[in-house]
Order: sequence, then structure tokens, then C-alpha cells
Amino acid sequence: MSVAFLGLFKKENRSDQRVKSSQGDRGILIFENTSDVIRAETTLKTEGWPIRVMGPPPEIQRGCDLVIEFPLIEGLNILRRLEESGVSPMEVVPVVSPLLKPVDLFQVKDFGGYLMVRAANMKLTVDTHTGVIVNISGGGCPDVPYLAREMVGRTLSDSPVPRDIGHTLCGYALHLAWEEMRRRCLPS
Amino acid sequence: MLAIVGTVPDPDFPLVQGEAVLEGDTLAVQGRSVEVNRGTPALAAAALKAREVLGGPAPVVFLVGDVGLGQGSRRLYDHLVEHIGDTAFSCIVFHYLQPDVDGHNRVLFALEAMEKRPLLIADAGFMYAAKMSGFASSYDLFTPDVGELAFLSDEEAPHPFYTRGFILHQEDHTPEHIARAYEHDNAAGLLLVKGAVDRVADREGVHATVDAPSEETMEAIGGTGDTLTGLVAALAASGMDMAQAAVTAARANRLAGAMARPTPATQILDIIRCIPAALEQVLR
Repeated sequence: MSVAFLGLFKKENRSDQRVKSSQGDRGILIFENTSDVIRAETTLKTEGWPIRVMGPPPEIQRGCDLVIEFPLIEGLNILRRLEESGVSPMEVVPVVSPLLKPVDLFQVKDFGGYLMVRAANMKLTVDTHTGVIVNISGGGCPDVPYLAREMVGRTLSDSPVPRDIGHTLCGYALHLAWEEMRRRCLPS
Repeated sequence: MLAIVGTVPDPDFPLVQGEAVLEGDTLAVQGRSVEVNRGTPALAAAALKAREVLGGPAPVVFLVGDVGLGQGSRRLYDHLVEHIGDTAFSCIVFHYLQPDVDGHNRVLFALEAMEKRPLLIADAGFMYAAKMSGFASSYDLFTPDVGELAFLSDEEAPHPFYTRGFILHQEDHTPEHIARAYEHDNAAGLLLVKGAVDRVADREGVHATVDAPSEETMEAIGGTGDTLTGLVAALAASGMDMAQAAVTAARANRLAGAMARPTPATQILDIIRCIPAALEQVLR
């Protein structure tokens, strides 16, 4: 499954913009068939998520002819819930720019004894001698301070998995940085 | 008077509004306390330390528990719509909130209905929502780091997670990213871009840079951006011109960092403790 997302609305008049920009933080879940859409809709609506079933935008050339619109920022939490229900989407994309893809570039900085990996807005720093996570910085979603509290001071081997305890796209970005750090620091 | 709006990583922390005080390593407000580690408590702690030098009224904080599920943030958005206009704040800084365009817009419209609009600073999740809303230029200051600036400069990206690679590759192109953010109206009136070199810029370009003292390890330390935003907010609320406040805050934050003799494992409290001495030296 891949995850991509939204574009933005520029200034028009404020009421027009307010209506349009209300989609700016929405994403689309794409499923292989309608039966999966219905199962996912049932799961998410039962749990109170603000979602709606709709037709796919013209850029989407894959999956069935129904998609589910959802709050993009909370994608990590929703994907985890759908995975638990056995109905994972084929793809996740932003409403406004469905062709966007998640970050897949990493910036790495060696401080001599400490290594920092940045994925998008999230930075993870590890003591390379002990494997202990010494700092987490960046990010703007509320699970970042929570993730930092749970992970800093733990080793790469025994820290919680960010994707398992995070809830937002910042949490997802931290997970990518954590995976890249493990790839670099732990024996394969 | 300064208002600080954000979240704390404790799902059981209630929505509180009131004057904050520092009690050792914790931030206390309305009988509740929270560890100063990073995030909004670090921002508030920096502002409180700055107040030891600047004087003036204590900042009022609006805090709620949220670990990323968004429920706390949504309650806070609703509370702000109802109450943010009740007090004549001179400056409001918005910080770690679940990015929510509708919530953001309702708060912004409540602010615009105030008789005298306060100075508005946005950072972290609320800045993401401000950019997504298309109302970025309604703000007086954004305080992005380099990664967040790339997001602001990408007119397509709804979150830093989706910043396009051709922009992320341009690590050393901060002035171009600033120009691109303004070109697409995705920046506040002023930007304070945190990085190896801190830059203060507006639509016309970069007006000031601060690069000393230089402690490369600061980038790795969680909370250094939060303290910088807290400092500039405190200075702006004290009446200092926003551009001057940005430069002064950048210098003081760097100096506080240097005074703490940081390593990549340093924790933000060690730097916060140095803020009064650093700010006094910069203002001298």
C-alpha cells in the first residue's frame, strides 16, 4: 500500500475559500473493490470517524469506483484500525493533489558518536555506540511530544515502534526516520 | 499580554486556561502540572524565563491533553472560538495542535472579529493548518525550521510528509524556498526560519541573518525550535517590533544553547535554564 495526498486553495473570497479549504486536510482511501469500501466504511463509521464515501477524482485510475474521504492528518491511526479489521486500502492519497507521494528522502548528519536522520519534518538522533535514542526533534502534530517521551532513552532495538503508537502524519514521518536509522545502525 | 495555545502529551490533562508558572522542571497552571520536555510546555517555559528579564504580566496559556488523536485539539479549537476574544491579548502564539483547517478557520475568524486584533504567531501543527487554509498571510509571524519551510514552499503539499522530493533535495536553498512560499501566499507577514543560519524574511527577501554562536548539535535537540518561538513571542508581547524580536530571540536562543554546552543528547531544560542570562546579555 502506498500513501500520498492534498493540494491547496489560493485566495479567492473568504467564504469561497472557506468552503474549498475545508477539503485541504482531507485524504482519500482507495480500495480494490466495493465490498472492501463497505467494510471499511462500516468499521470507521462505527468508531465515529468523520468520513464519507464518494466517487474518485479523475486523477485516480486505480481501484474500484468508490473511495472513502477521511481526515488526512490522522491517517496513521485510521490505517492501523483498518489493518486490524483486515481491510487495508490499496493506496492513500490527498484529496486535492492525488498524485503526491509520501516523503522518501532522508537527510543524515553524523555528529561523531551520534547520528541524526531526518525524514520530512522529523529528526531522530541516536548514540551510535549504545544504540540509544537520545533526541527526537521537529514535527508539529500533538503525538510528537508523546512519541519523544516514549522513545527517548530507549535503544533502537527495544523502543516502541512509532507506527504502532503514533497517530498522525508526523508520527508516520518519524517511523520512516526510525526505520532508516535501524537500517543504518542495526545488523541486518 | 501574551497568550500561548497548544497541547501536552497526556490524554488525561484537562482543558485549562490561566496564568502559568514554572515550578522546578514542571509547568503549572490551574492546579495542574506538566513536565517541561519539548513542545508547548517548552515554549511556555522559555516565555516565562524571558519574563524574568522583560517583566510584564504572566502569559496566559490555553492547554489541553492530546497525544495525536485530535480530540483534545478539537475541544481547544471550540473553546478558543468562544473565549479567545474575551481578553485583550497583545500577542497570541499558536503551537502544537492537531492540524484542522475548519478548526483553524473558525479560530481565525473569531480573532478577526476582535476590536483590536492581537499579533499572531503560528508554529508547528497550527502553522500547518494555517498554510493549508490559504490564510497564511493573516499571520504576523511563522517560525518554521528548514524542513517545514520546504513544506511551506511546496504549494501542493498538505503536510510536510508530502513535501515533494525536488524541493527537499534543495537543502541549501533556503532563500529560494522563502521566495517560493511568498510567491504562493503560503507565508506569514514575517518568517523566522530556524536553521544552521537563522533567517528573518518577508515578501521582499531575507532582511537579517543570525549565525552565532553556532552549536551544530542544537539541531538534534528536541525543543530548541519551541524555545525560540517562545522567546520571540515574549519579546513581541513586550512591545518590541516583530522583526527586531525575531533577531533578538534568535541570538538569545543560540546563546542559551551555547551556555548549556550542548551535545546531541542534551535535553531542552538544560537550555531553558540559561535563557535569562542569555537574554540579558543580548539585550545589553
